[in-house]
Amino acid sequence: MPDAIVAEGLVKRYGDVTALDGIDLTVPEGHVVGLLGPNGAGKTTVVRILTTLLKADGGRATVAGHDVAAHPDAVRRMIGLTGQYAAVDEYLTGRENLDMVGRLYHLPAKWVAARAEELLHRFDLADAADRPSKTYSGGMRRRLDLAASLMAHPKILFLDEPTTGLDPRSRMSVWEVISELVAEGTTVLLTTQYLEEADVLAEQIVVIDRGRVIAKGTSNSLKDEVGGDRIEAVPRDRDQMGLVVDALRPLSATEPTVDPESARVTVPVSGGSTMLIEAVRAVDAAGVVLDDVVLRRPTLDDVFLSLTGHLAEDTPTEPTKKRRGRGSKEG
Amino acid sequence: MATTHPTTAPTTGPGRFHSAGPLPAPMRRPLVGWSVRDGLVVMRRHLIQTLRVPELLFFSIVQPVMFVLLFAYVFGGAIPVPGTDGPPDAALYRSFLIPGIFAQTITFAAANSTVGLAEDMHKGIVDRFRSLPMAASAVLWGRTAADAARMTLVLLVLSITGLLVGWRIEDGILRAAGAYALLLLFAYALAWIGAWVGLHMKTPEVANTAGLIWLFPVSFLSSAFVPLNGMPDWLRVVAEWNPVSSLALSCRQLFGNPTGLIPPSSEAWPMQNPVLWTVLSCLVLIAIFATLAVRRYRRVSAR
Repeated sequence: MPDAIVAEGLVKRYGDVTALDGIDLTVPEGHVVGLLGPNGAGKTTVVRILTTLLKADGGRATVAGHDVAAHPDAVRRMIGLTGQYAAVDEYLTGRENLDMVGRLYHLPAKWVAARAEELLHRFDLADAADRPSKTYSGGMRRRLDLAASLMAHPKILFLDEPTTGLDPRSRMSVWEVISELVAEGTTVLLTTQYLEEADVLAEQIVVIDRGRVIAKGTSNSLKDEVGGDRIEAVPRDRDQMGLVVDALRPLSATEPTVDPESARVTVPVSGGSTMLIEAVRAVDAAGVVLDDVVLRRPTLDDVFLSLTGHLAEDTPTEPTKKRRGRGSKEG
Repeated sequence: MATTHPTTAPTTGPGRFHSAGPLPAPMRRPLVGWSVRDGLVVMRRHLIQTLRVPELLFFSIVQPVMFVLLFAYVFGGAIPVPGTDGPPDAALYRSFLIPGIFAQTITFAAANSTVGLAEDMHKGIVDRFRSLPMAASAVLWGRTAADAARMTLVLLVLSITGLLVGWRIEDGILRAAGAYALLLLFAYALAWIGAWVGLHMKTPEVANTAGLIWLFPVSFLSSAFVPLNGMPDWLRVVAEWNPVSSLALSCRQLFGNPTGLIPPSSEAWPMQNPVLWTVLSCLVLIAIFATLAVRRYRRVSAR
């Protein structure tokens, strides 16, 4: 299967700051790859280079077989881009926005009108089609933005944090649409800082941090890499967190971690359910009553923590570009 | 991966809704390129905006109308128009003033382009346009042309206000039409400067302040409001060569209004050939700033 997106050794510098430090990335045709990383990791810079908005200082990239630097117009005909903010004209109606974008793809007016109608229905915007998009909710505007990027049936879709700032319901509906597109054969490169999002949507995940790729693989292979399962235990009496840590420590080669806020003690284990029984016994022997105890597969949060030493939504230590406020960070 | 994908174009299969059908072949590239057609699409966007947000147009009219009234009645009795006899005459000053207000208002056409482009960049709309296979120049010329076109309405309202305060077209409709055409050409040229400035603005807020500062010296250091003979020599020379002065003078001559021009300013070349100098300035400004702005647009990023 040919590769829809290939990036080799992408470098981008802003003065002294190296935003991208040699990014390699491959997205096979018809696949979804999730580009995962914290704020300032370089995700948006990668997308901007691949969508011809920004020139790389080093390395090369092809999209749909066209070099992004040498043949930007050939690339633009094949792609759709949805950025972090809904890039729609708020004074135009939803229909007028789609119509404008379709015309700028140089498609026949009659077809553009039919396609706009189709997308307005598909994105649940038919009732609002003839209202200025100023009157839309945040979720509606993002859907309109997504619809605009789909006007010309792009073979390759770039989604830069498509659900950032959306409420959970709108997020689910965007996920649904993306899944449908993928089922129809669209190649998707998706950036996100929501681990759950990458988990749900992406077959392949590339984790970047500070302009470098630090891991790649399927969600499962990344989890395997981190190793084993996790046992989480929450004592009824939060003063007993220390006792729980002591009781669980012998079960693992790794020191248990504690989340003081939720009083949750987490320890990586190998050995599955046997270890859960041992854990319950050990805690019981220490005389602690538990509110909750579970055995679970590692989440991408665990992956990120073990790869980078910090959580995905932590503020990185390096200076990052300032961004506008974003909404809820609940994943 | 185990997922299977249809090999045909996405929506040829049965969809939930009526389908537009497969992607048709794109239109044939016009001989002159896409710029003209794409620019008209962009221009349409801006004209719809104008109709949908009448407040904007309203406020861009209120300011010059206020200028007319303030200058006409506050300064009017105090500023003598040179080349006329007798004490300061407010009615005479008003005939002198109105073409100057036209020129000054037209200069501020640049502000729309500056603020508008800064907003488009900030909202990601410029990114969207840049990711489309459209002509790069179209986004800019569509906007500058729309901004200039909007000025026809502003000029109409201003002219009516002028007529109400006693200004008259004295020299026939043809020459007056020439004056209006010159004003619109100047608006278009200044809109390109405004576009170029706007593409350098980090936020719409900065565009609204820092991005507009240059307009004040450019419009006031001219004969738009006051005769040139009151200025110190070096300043007077700058003002004589300022195209805003030649635009104001061209309009005064074409409308048949008092020019307020006396020696030594009347000897200066741009004041002797005001229409020629105005047209030349416009063409040079368009050539320079259209080139710079399009080049900037191709690699611009607000964030």
